[in-house]
Formats: sequence, structure tokens, C-alpha cells
Amino acid sequence: MPSVLSFTPELWQSIWLTLKLASLTTIALLVLGIPLAHWLNVSRWRGALVVETLVTLPIVLPPTVIGFYLLILFAPQNPLGKFWIQMTGHTLAFSFSGLVVGSIIYSLPFAVQPFQAALKAVPLTLVEVARISGANVLQVFWYVTLPIARRGIGAGIALSFAHTIGEFGVVLMLGGSIPGVTRVASIALYDEVQKLNYPAAHSTALVLLGISFVLIFAIAILQRRTPSDAH
Amino acid sequence: MHRVLVILLAVAIVCHRGARAGELSIAAASDLVFCLEDLHRAFAKVHPDITLKVTTGASGNIFAQINNGAPFHVYLSADMRYPRELIKAGLADEGSLTLYAIGHLVVWTASGEIDISEGVRSLTSDSVHKVAIANPEHAPYGRAARAALEHFNLWDVLKGKLVFGENIAQTAQFVETGNADAGLVALSIVLAPNLKSKGRWIAVPEHAYPRLEQGAVITKAGTTNSASAAYIEFLASGEARRIFDRFGFRLPE
Repeated sequence: MPSVLSFTPELWQSIWLTLKLASLTTIALLVLGIPLAHWLNVSRWRGALVVETLVTLPIVLPPTVIGFYLLILFAPQNPLGKFWIQMTGHTLAFSFSGLVVGSIIYSLPFAVQPFQAALKAVPLTLVEVARISGANVLQVFWYVTLPIARRGIGAGIALSFAHTIGEFGVVLMLGGSIPGVTRVASIALYDEVQKLNYPAAHSTALVLLGISFVLIFAIAILQRRTPSDAH
Repeated sequence: MHRVLVILLAVAIVCHRGARAGELSIAAASDLVFCLEDLHRAFAKVHPDITLKVTTGASGNIFAQINNGAPFHVYLSADMRYPRELIKAGLADEGSLTLYAIGHLVVWTASGEIDISEGVRSLTSDSVHKVAIANPEHAPYGRAARAALEHFNLWDVLKGKLVFGENIAQTAQFVETGNADAGLVALSIVLAPNLKSKGRWIAVPEHAYPRLEQGAVITKAGTTNSASAAYIEFLASGEARRIFDRFGFRLPE
């Protein structure tokens, strides 16, 4: 057991970085995930099944596979890497934006699958009635789809956030452990253990445990409060 | 239910017996990752009856694992400090401690466009955006890199460019893929056959960092394995020394 806990500024910096990464990833997944989920639901194109498989893949794919491919594909001498440097002025590896890209891929199924289920639960007749009554696509989404699907979308948001907090392998491969840039809490914990700095490791682990518990508990409460499904 | 428990217990016991006789588990510093292939091929010729199981990682990482009961028999560290600490803690055999190699630090780039002829001073150039070093907190080569940069008063200057490899092999991989423009890595890695022709390297002056004396030791778990002693003995053999030499480890006299 920890003899002394040590909550240093470095610890809070790494926790802050983790929360920032999870927040930005979740926002990006919300923006990308809902249209993608909708398209996967309605698409009759045969290739859609391949896309759906690709989207689901990160559930089983070791994070190191994602990290490795990103590292190779976005190396500065490769076309994608050159393009990335032109756009951002730095390499994808060792940058916070690189971690966001990695996390979006890593957490994609945890957003898209609940989104798909939520959107499927919206009765098509309601949407059609709204359209016939003259509502445009955005209005239908805002006034019809969203109110019905909000709980499922909320679940997708919570799950992507929680899953990104648990990220380790992608960051280990891509990050380069730069304090304040890529040394997120899970990496900081790993570094402290290797230094045999157990007080710092215990403190980081405890904070991560606390955050995760609160998050999952909140999801459970949200689900408990509305036991009957919308449909 | 009980039957399941009994089976699980039996499996656990069988697994717990660990390495079979004639099987030796080696945990080695990452700077040895390429050298070990040649070394162990030579070892297999002398001791065909001993099967080696090899794990590589940052010396500090392995040290922490042995401290927490990892069942390695022989530990090849990239410094002497960690094996000595294990001995002090009663987790390794003092009599087996062997200085088997001395490591060297080099500046390495895989890019044809970066000039490193000035050694570490070249790293201040604007064409160098990212410099990879091993994590100084648990990798001996990282500590050496930090000492060398401090020696040249470049640590603060270069701080913003530094990225940290989890061990010296990952550090080299950052450089090899071009994600880092240059790095401070082990000579033994840039001399590996498949990396020899990749990019250019220049040695860091030896007075700039403490000597990287690399120590091997038999762990407590290894003392009951007779193959451990054979392995340590092999490290001091002429054949092993020739291989270490080829990988740029200047050998102890």
C-alpha cells in the first residue's frame, strides 16, 4: 500500500491532458459519428458492410496495431506524413493532435455503435411525417430524431470519453512521453512505476480509478433513471 | 464446480513450475536487441541442450519487474547500478556479477538532409525539429544522453525538441522511421546489420557522459538453474567478446 501519496503538479498536468484528449476525441466522434452511423443505417451500398467492419475493428484490434500503422503511414517521408506536416507544421507522432487522431480511431466503435442503435430506434414514420409537414433535414434531426435518440447518443458520448481515458498502447507507440504534450496520465503512471516511484504511481492510479468510477457510475444512474426504453 | 477448481489448480501448479530444465530465461537491456541474435546463435553451438527465452526492455523496467518477482534467470543490464541494487536487496547473486560490455552513445540520423557532422551541437540546427532520446528516468542510455547534453550546455536549449523513447530500441525506431529527425542512441544499434547502411552516425565524445558499464547478474530465481552459470561464463568467452566487439561494445580489459 502507498506509504505517502504525492499529488504533484506533474500529476495534475497529466490528468488534465488525459481529460483534454478524451474531451476533444469525444467532440470529434460526435461530429463524425452521427452522420457515419446514419449513413451505415440507411446505406444499401454493398461496401457499407466493409465500412461497418472497419469501424468496429478497433474493439478487437490491439492498440499497438493502430499505433504502429499511424507511425509508419505518417512518417515524414511518406505522402500522408508530408501532407500532415504541410497542414499542421509538425509530425503526427509526438504531437497532441496526433494523439487525437489515434484516439478517434481507437474509440470509433464505442461512439458509432450506440449512435447506430439510437438512430435505428427512431420510427421512420415520424421522420416522414415531419418531412411531409415541411421540416428540413436539420429540423427533423433537431426536433424529432435527437429527442428520441438522445439517450443512446449520450451513451455513445460517455463510452467514447471513458474508453479514451483508458487509452495506453496507441499513445505509447506514438507519443514520445513529452510532458504537457503527450504524457497523458496512463503513460505518466507507467513511467513512475519504472522509476520505482510508487507514491506518484499510486496517486495517479487513484485519480484515474476515481474518475473512471464516477464516469461509469454516472452512466449507470442515467440508465437506471429511465428503465423503460423509448420505443 | 469442484472438479473445475481442481483442474484450474492443477493447471496453475503446472504453469507455476515455470521453465523446464535446460531452459534459461534471459532479460536483457534493449541496446543488446540485435547483438543477442548473434550472441545466442554462438551460445547454441556451445550449449545445444540449453534453450534460451529472451526478453528485452529498458534496464530500469526489467529491474522493476525482477523486484516484483519476475522469473528471469539472468539479467543483462545496460549499467552496473541496477544489478548492484538487486544484489543489495538479496535478489541476485553477488558472485555472478560480470562486467560484460561498455556501451557507447552516438548521434544518429536516418535523413540524408540533416548534417550531424558537429555531433550533438548539430542538433540545435533549425532543420532538426525532433530529437529522440531514451527516457532518462529508467533507461541508462537516456541518462547518458542527458549527461552529454548537459555537458555541452545543450539540455535547456534542446528541451523543446526532445521526445522520449520507452527504451533505447524504441528511441532508435523513432529515428529509423524518420519521425524524429535525429536521436542519441546506442552504437550497438546503429551497427546492427540491417541498420548499418541507414543514415549516418557520429560518436558522442566519451568524456561527455559517465561510462556505460554494462553488468550481467544471476538472479535469485536463476541460482537454482545450472544453465545460468554456463551463460555468464559464455559472456566472458573469446567468442562472445568478438561478437560484442562487432557491435561496438568496447570490452573491459
